[in-house]
Amino acid sequence: MSTTIIERPEAPVPAGGPATAGPPARPTVKKRFRAEQLTAWAFILPVVAYLVIFYAYPLYRNVDLSLRDYTVRSFIDGNAPFVGFQNFVDVFQDPTFGPALRNTLLFTGVSIAFQFSFGMALAVFFFQNFRLSSTLRALFLVPWLLPLIVSASTWSWMMNSDSGVINSVIHGIGGAPVNWLTSPQWALVAVIIANVWIGIPFNLVILYSGLQNIPGDIYEAAALDGANAWQKFWRITFPLLKPVSAITILLGLVYTLKVFDIIWIMTKGGPGNASTTFAIWSYQLGFGSTLPNFSPAAAVGNLLIVIALIFGFLYLRVQRKQAQQ
Amino acid sequence: MISFFRRKRALAALVGLAVAGATLTGCASGTSSAGGAAPKGTYTFWDPYPQFDASSAWTKLVEKCGTEAGVTVKRTGYDTSDLTSKALLAGQQNNSPDLLLVDNPVVSTLADAGILTDTSETKTSTASVEKNILAAGQIDGKTYGVPIGANTLALYYNKKVLDAAGVDPSTITSWDALTSALEKISATGNKGITFSGIGTEEGSFQFLPWFWGSGADLTKLDSSDGVSALSLLTDWVNKGYAPNSVINNTQTTSWQEFLTGKFGFSENGTWQLAGVKTSGLDYGIISIPSKSGGAAPAPTGGEFLTIPVQKDTARYQVSEKIQSCLTSTKNYVSTDTTLSYVAPTAAAQQQQLAAQSDLKPWVTAVGDAKGRTSDNLGTKYPKISEQMWKAEQNALSGSQTPAAALQQAQTAAAAAIK
Repeated sequence: MSTTIIERPEAPVPAGGPATAGPPARPTVKKRFRAEQLTAWAFILPVVAYLVIFYAYPLYRNVDLSLRDYTVRSFIDGNAPFVGFQNFVDVFQDPTFGPALRNTLLFTGVSIAFQFSFGMALAVFFFQNFRLSSTLRALFLVPWLLPLIVSASTWSWMMNSDSGVINSVIHGIGGAPVNWLTSPQWALVAVIIANVWIGIPFNLVILYSGLQNIPGDIYEAAALDGANAWQKFWRITFPLLKPVSAITILLGLVYTLKVFDIIWIMTKGGPGNASTTFAIWSYQLGFGSTLPNFSPAAAVGNLLIVIALIFGFLYLRVQRKQAQQ
Repeated sequence: MISFFRRKRALAALVGLAVAGATLTGCASGTSSAGGAAPKGTYTFWDPYPQFDASSAWTKLVEKCGTEAGVTVKRTGYDTSDLTSKALLAGQQNNSPDLLLVDNPVVSTLADAGILTDTSETKTSTASVEKNILAAGQIDGKTYGVPIGANTLALYYNKKVLDAAGVDPSTITSWDALTSALEKISATGNKGITFSGIGTEEGSFQFLPWFWGSGADLTKLDSSDGVSALSLLTDWVNKGYAPNSVINNTQTTSWQEFLTGKFGFSENGTWQLAGVKTSGLDYGIISIPSKSGGAAPAPTGGEFLTIPVQKDTARYQVSEKIQSCLTSTKNYVSTDTTLSYVAPTAAAQQQQLAAQSDLKPWVTAVGDAKGRTSDNLGTKYPKISEQMWKAEQNALSGSQTPAAALQQAQTAAAAAIK
């Protein structure tokens, strides 16, 4: 949800001239101004209605769900007692909380680190504009084009302990097979690998477009000064790409925090809690068994929203700073 | 802000939005007015069979039963996992369907939510339905629907694999006999058995025959009997009698493993019968053995046809007519044959057997089976089940011993149902 809000570039635009600075003073100015204001409000109304119906109200409902003790019965008749932060306390004290927090942080952090460095390496590589480079670059976009259910299912087949292609390759080169999806040590690694693969194209595309904005004469000047490729990257590309990198990483963070489908399809958060993140936990509580547990599920969901919001505000700040420069 | 609006382009965009907004509201009001039903008119029917489209025999049967009751029935098929939340939301908005076909462990949840009528309100007769099947829909002495059919679990075996290992399936009547058979099969290079140990309700469903077969009770997960059941499966995985993939297997993926022809046994359901016949596999079926000998009680699967609460209680009369039409002996036989289920009444079972004699082991198995929410567990079952499948995952993956895993599960389950 937060992504949609923060992706609007108009939002942080500095406020325009003072609203009252209308056309030059004429006798009818007051009347005119009121009509104009009314028209303005009429135009803004659909947007406001849209925001209220599709953002504010659901958000309010989610907060309300997490502050009341909903059972299936009170969900129907709407008489759930207000319990304050009890659901949050329960969630914090739940034995799943620790592992879920650790898994969420690991999943997000490691995914971003690898996605970004692979994306950067590939962007720089393809920026050389050799023959076939655009074809190859297009191929790298494939993970992005596939529906998540297709790529996640394919990964889970490939990582199958007994009949997966990855294990048969490992076996072929003489290694011991790994229970990718079914051992507590490897399950999280397995879903991170799949998520990195899916996230690389996003990083590649954004960083590549960032590279195109770096003026070529800087590189020329550096070449004249005798800079080697390594120096060019660290002293020109990397610093000049900083603004784009910051945005890529922040968007990636918000995006990766809420990843659900890949993990659910590949491991269902298991074995046990080994690959349960907040997103998975929230779903398990709300829809995982035949008896929904809406209130704690909403509490976990709200925690996710808060974490995503923090990154969202960070993104807005970075963007505003860049706009000022 | 106003200076912003002065920009022509922004204006155009806003007008566009306004138009879009108007269209949206237009749509919304359209659907809501269509929702209000005429006195007789259309009766809604929800089921978890999205695989049947409008031209299927099932849809035609449902529509025909509506016509016989003098109304039109509009059937919608939802994904099973989706149907519970759909039904709850509909109940909250006061627009529940007139008839709702749901998976039996969900009945207690929906009854607890107060959105189902019990059979005394609708004057539905359940006298002919087998007691053990009906029990899954009974809470505190009230019955909340009629089963449309039943299925359960048994062991399918591959004759070729068993012959190669010199195993006689008729001797497998206890856990020890089964384990030594698995050992012999593994020695020939095949895998012994495959099942589903996934971390969802499916995993619990498949674990229950072993759990109940040990003599354990769901209210005490960590009893020594319970631990012996989990140890049995854990040992199979550790010794390689069962593949490691069982931890992540759904019943469908474990069935696909069995169909490769490299497995001795597969714990699977009645619904696979139609598929195994066309697979070309030389198969047989035995009951799941209990610890000390004899058949273990397996859990019943299958859906219940319920009548959700309506504002206009006069509608129950018509709904009941449709319900009893769909649960007549003739329609039981045709529906349960299509679904590859066992009918829940003795009369319909006999007709099924007359037409299809290989259903015999399944009729016996359904007779021995037990509802998951039975014993008046009701909505306590889902909470216990969740801890049970977690314990199974922890034990099979080696992160905990069976005893420790079940102990942790019992603590969590006891706290949850308190």
